[in-house]
Amino acid sequence: MGWNIAPFIRRLTVTWMVAAATAALLLASAPVPAQDFITVASTTSTEQSGLFKHLLPEVKKATGIEVRVVAVGTGQALDMARRGDADVVLVHDRAAEEKFLAEGNGVKRYPVMYNDLVIVGPKSDPAGAKGKDVIAALKRIAGAQVPFASRGDNSGTDAAEKRYWKAAHIEPKGSWYRETGSGMGATLNTASGMNAYALTDRGTWLSFKNRGDLVILVQGDRRLFNQYGVMLVNPAKHPQVKKELGQKFIDYLLSPAGQAAIASYKIGGDELFFPNAGSGA
Amino acid sequence: MEDLSASFILALRLIAGGDEELREIVALSLEVSLASTLFACIVGLPAGAFVAIRPFIGRRAVIVTLNALLGLPSVVVGLLVYLLLSRAGPLGQLGILFTPQAIVIAQTILVLPMVIALARQFVDDAWHEYREQLMSLGVSLARAIATLLWDLRYSLLTVALAAFGRAASEVGAVMIVGGNIDGVTRVMTTAIALETTKGDLPLALGLGLILILVVLALNAAVFAVREWSLRRHG
Amino acid sequence: MAKPPIFPIDGRGLTVRFGRVTAISDIDLSIHGTRRLAILGANGAGKSVLLRTLHGLIQPTEGTVTWCGSPLRPPDQAMVFQRPVMLRRTALANVQYALDVHGVEGNEREMRTREALKRVGLTAIANRQARVLSFGEQQRLALARAWALRPRILYLDEPTSSLDPTAATEVERVIHEIQVAGTTIVVTTHVLGFARRIADEIVFLHKGRLLERTPVDRFFSNPQTPEAERFLKGELPWDGISRRSFGD
Repeated sequence: MGWNIAPFIRRLTVTWMVAAATAALLLASAPVPAQDFITVASTTSTEQSGLFKHLLPEVKKATGIEVRVVAVGTGQALDMARRGDADVVLVHDRAAEEKFLAEGNGVKRYPVMYNDLVIVGPKSDPAGAKGKDVIAALKRIAGAQVPFASRGDNSGTDAAEKRYWKAAHIEPKGSWYRETGSGMGATLNTASGMNAYALTDRGTWLSFKNRGDLVILVQGDRRLFNQYGVMLVNPAKHPQVKKELGQKFIDYLLSPAGQAAIASYKIGGDELFFPNAGSGA
Repeated sequence: MEDLSASFILALRLIAGGDEELREIVALSLEVSLASTLFACIVGLPAGAFVAIRPFIGRRAVIVTLNALLGLPSVVVGLLVYLLLSRAGPLGQLGILFTPQAIVIAQTILVLPMVIALARQFVDDAWHEYREQLMSLGVSLARAIATLLWDLRYSLLTVALAAFGRAASEVGAVMIVGGNIDGVTRVMTTAIALETTKGDLPLALGLGLILILVVLALNAAVFAVREWSLRRHG
Repeated sequence: MAKPPIFPIDGRGLTVRFGRVTAISDIDLSIHGTRRLAILGANGAGKSVLLRTLHGLIQPTEGTVTWCGSPLRPPDQAMVFQRPVMLRRTALANVQYALDVHGVEGNEREMRTREALKRVGLTAIANRQARVLSFGEQQRLALARAWALRPRILYLDEPTSSLDPTAATEVERVIHEIQVAGTTIVVTTHVLGFARRIADEIVFLHKGRLLERTPVDRFFSNPQTPEAERFLKGELPWDGISRRSFGD
C-alpha cells in the first residue's frame, strides 16, 4: 500500500532511522560500560615488549579491573597525566617522575620492576663497541663515526641515552648520529635498515622481528638498568581520577602475586622484567 | 619479495582462521569508519547541496575555504580533537577521549569538507538541468535539496565511498584521539602502525592486505550498484 | 480554500538584459483568462525569455509583472519546457511528486495522477523509469504532470518543436484537452501550423520587441507589420540578437 506521508518526510525519516541505527550500533559496540576500567599511561617500549598482553589478563582475574593502556612516549605519558587524561602512570624515567611528583600531579611513586637496556649493532661491530661498558662503547662509536640511530623523542630510553652521552663527555653530532623522533620499534627498524648501532630496551629487542644484521653487543652494565616507577595521578588536582581502582591496580602490581606475574613474562625463555617493588630504587 | 609472499600467506591464514582479535579489529574499523562516513554525509550532503543551490553573500569565500580544508593535515585535526576532548579541555567532562566515539568524531571532522565539496560539485552540475523545472513547480529550498540529493543518489554513493576510504585509511588522528588501546580503540590502521614499529612486518602487511581487500570489496559493490542503476534509470 | 486571483496577468515595460545582451525590451502584455495565446517570432526574438518572465521564473531587469495587481506570484501555474526534466523515478512517481509539492495527498493524489496519465495515454508505462522513456513520451509525461496540477495557466515552451509528427499530434491533442478543461494556454512555437490550430491570438516578437498582437486568423492572412510578413514568408529564421535558447 502507498505511503500517506510525502516522500520528502519519508526520506527524512529513513535517514534518521539509519542514523539512529548506526548510533545504536556504535554504542552497542562500545566496550563494557564506564565503571570498572582505568586508563594507564605508559610507554611504547613497554607496550611493544608485549608485557601488557601478558599482564593485563592477570590483573583482570585478580582485581576485576579492565586496564586500558595508552602507550606513548614518556614525555607524552606524563603530559597526559598532567591533563588528567589518565588515572595511573607507569614509566621509566625517575628524574621526570620525581619532577611530576614535585609539581603535585602524582600521589606517590613506587618502584615496580626494572628491565635493562642494551646496545645493538651490526654483527661485524665496526666500532669495536662490544663489551660490558656502555660509556666506553659510546665513546668508540662516536670516535669511529659509525651510524647510530637514536630515538630523540623525549622518552625514557632517549633520556637514558642522553645521560650516557653526557657521562662520556660527548655531544653526538654529525651525519652518523640519526635522531628518528619515533618509538623504539621504529628506531630499530631504521637501525636495521641502516646497519646502525642503537640503544634499546631488552624487551623490545626480544620481540623485534626485523633484526637484519644486528645483534646485542653491549649488556650487563649496571648503568643500563632501567627502573620503572608507577604513580597514581593526584585526585586532588583531577577529581575524576579513579583513585580507588587506580590504587587497587598499583597495590596489585606491588603485591607478591603481581610481582610474580611480571616475572613470569618471558620471551624464548628469557625474562624481560625484573620485579623490585619495595627496593627503594 | 620474500616478505611480500610471506605476508600474503599470513593474511590468508589470518582471514581463514577467523582469529578473534583480528575480527574485533576489523569490526571496529568498519564501525567507526562507517559511522563517521554516515554522519559526515548526513551533515555534508545537504550542506553541499545548499551551497550549490542557494546564492548567498560570501558564497565564493565558502567554496574557497572548503577547497582549502581539503588539504587540512589530518594530524592537526587529531590534535585539535584531542585538545577538545582531553580532561583539561572544554569537552573533557564527556570523558570520551580514548574511546571509539572520539575516533568517530575525529574522522567525521576529517571527511566532512570532502563530502561537502564533492556534493556541491555534483549538485551544481545537476542544478543547471533541474533548476527551471523545480522552480516552476514552486519547490522550496529544503525540498529542492532533498529532491536533488535523492535523484543524485548513485553519484553521491561514490562520494560516500570516497569519504569511507579516507576515514578508513586514517592513522595519525585516530592514534592521537583513540590511543590505540588494545581491544578498545585499536583499528586496522593503528594496528598496522604498531606491528610495523614492532618490526613484525609480515603481520603488518597481512593486516594491510585485508584492509585493501575491504576497501576493494566496497568499491566493487558501489560500482555494481551504479551499473544496475544506469541500466534501470538511465 | 480561497485562492489568490491570478488574472489578469499584467506585464508592463518588461525588459530583460543578460549582461550586455537585451533579450526583450519594453514589452507590455496582458493576459486574461481563457485566452489561448501563441507567441511567435524568429529564433532569438525573445519568446522563451518573455514566457519565463510572465511565469515568474525570470526577474525582469526593468518593468513589472503583476497578477491581478499583486506582485506576488500565485500558485496554480505550470510550465512545460522544450526539454522535459524528469526525476530518477517512475513516470507515476514524477506526477505524484508535483502533486506532493502542491500539498495534494493520499487518495486525491492517486486519483489525479492516474487520471492525468490516462489523459495523455501513458497508463501502460506508468511504472517505468521516466528517464528511459522516449522523448515524445517524456514530453507527454510533462504534460500529465502539469495537467494533474490543474493549473489556471499553462505555459509551454516549444512543446512540439523537437517531436516527430506522430508525437507532435499527440501532444497537440493533449494541450487542446487541457485548454478545453479550462486552463489558459500560453505557448511559444515556431511551428506555424501548430500555432494556427491551437491559438486564438498571436503575439509576434521581433528582436525583443512586441510588434503585433492580433487574432490568429487576421495575423496569418493579413499581418500588420513588414517583419511579421517576412516571418510568415519564412525569410526571418534567425534574429541574431540572442543566441541563448532556454531549454537547450
